[in-house]
Amino acid sequence: MSEKFVFTIDGVEVKATQGQSILEAATEAGIYIPSLCYMKDLIPHGSCRVCTVKVDGRFQAGCVQPAAPGIKVENDTPELMEIRKDIIEMLFVEGNHYCMFCEKSGDCELQALGYRFGIAAPKHKYLFPDRKLDATHPEIFIDRNRCVLCGRCVNASRDVDGKTVFEFVGRGIDKTVAVNSDANLSDTDISIGDKSMDVCPVGCIIKKGVGFKTPIGQRTYDHEPIGSDIERRKG
Amino acid sequence: MGKPKVATTSLAGCFGCHMSLLDIDDRILDLVELVDFDKSPIDDIKNFTGRVTVGLIEGGCCNEHNVHVLQDFRKHCDILISVGDCAIMGGLPAMRNNIPLKECFDEAYLTGPTVYNPDGIIPNDKALPLILDKVYPCHEVVKIDYHLPGCPPPADTLWEALVALLSDKPIELPYELIKYD
Repeated sequence: MSEKFVFTIDGVEVKATQGQSILEAATEAGIYIPSLCYMKDLIPHGSCRVCTVKVDGRFQAGCVQPAAPGIKVENDTPELMEIRKDIIEMLFVEGNHYCMFCEKSGDCELQALGYRFGIAAPKHKYLFPDRKLDATHPEIFIDRNRCVLCGRCVNASRDVDGKTVFEFVGRGIDKTVAVNSDANLSDTDISIGDKSMDVCPVGCIIKKGVGFKTPIGQRTYDHEPIGSDIERRKG
Repeated sequence: MGKPKVATTSLAGCFGCHMSLLDIDDRILDLVELVDFDKSPIDDIKNFTGRVTVGLIEGGCCNEHNVHVLQDFRKHCDILISVGDCAIMGGLPAMRNNIPLKECFDEAYLTGPTVYNPDGIIPNDKALPLILDKVYPCHEVVKIDYHLPGCPPPADTLWEALVALLSDKPIELPYELIKYD
């Protein structure tokens, strides 16, 4: 039996088991900590920092910081909400996010965070970077204009599919997702049924031929904000 | 005191946002009761006749004419609103932003598959406004007071925002009315 203990999030007592992250324990308790790169069942790597919380007064990424007995976590505070909003705005200006023609619109987690945080326009300047597409594979394409470097595809391909199709290359603003082959996506052993095909939070890794299948009004985030499912658990 | 005035314009846009404004259906009769239109394609008034309460900007800035019009709006309007994704982030016209201008012109006037241009002239008449190096969101050119995203923003979004502003109430839009697509 793993050990159970208690800590608090914004003053509310939350139960956790040894080995759980703050974000996992919060999610189980029906408390939504906004997150982007984190995905259940993948090894978290805390890259996007949207889930930043304060633990006993110090900033930590909730998806990688283990829950511990007695810690005091701040989550829904104006300070943290402002920081998270800034991060989301920076992700929008750093890439080329054309929601109006993106197949993922309505189901996109970055867009949904924009909605949840009430972002009408980012305060930073758009960078309009030059990003590369790869449409060489018959069933899959990559549009790096939309990539937020969450790393989910890298982790899923490596840890679940055992293929290591994706990898990060470059540093800083030039960092990008590459495919682990000398040429293109069509030269890898990726297949449409891979876990790495189903993890992209944005419209970067796309299955060809299925775009715009769901009508507007029936998509994941058309009627309620991201995190609503978690908050409902609270009852 | 007369009715408050509204002005609208379409810069590097497709007039879709203006169509969305017309989509308020019969509420347009209420709107006419509420406001007078000044400079706008809706009534075809070409120049400002005076001070305007609310200016609605559709489209971003892709040429120097767009910049002049936008600056003119800022000068005449108490409240300036970026309406739609093109005004807010450049929109589809901004897809040229990471392609050198020369390449864009060559494709459009010289090498494109459907181009017929035996003289090989890229239009350069003095009457044509100069194209900017990039398409700029409006808030990177002048101060913008509010942003209403969407492609286009739903008619209800425009209606709710306008009515709130004109009746001195805060704009409180429900979740369904702020969308980026």
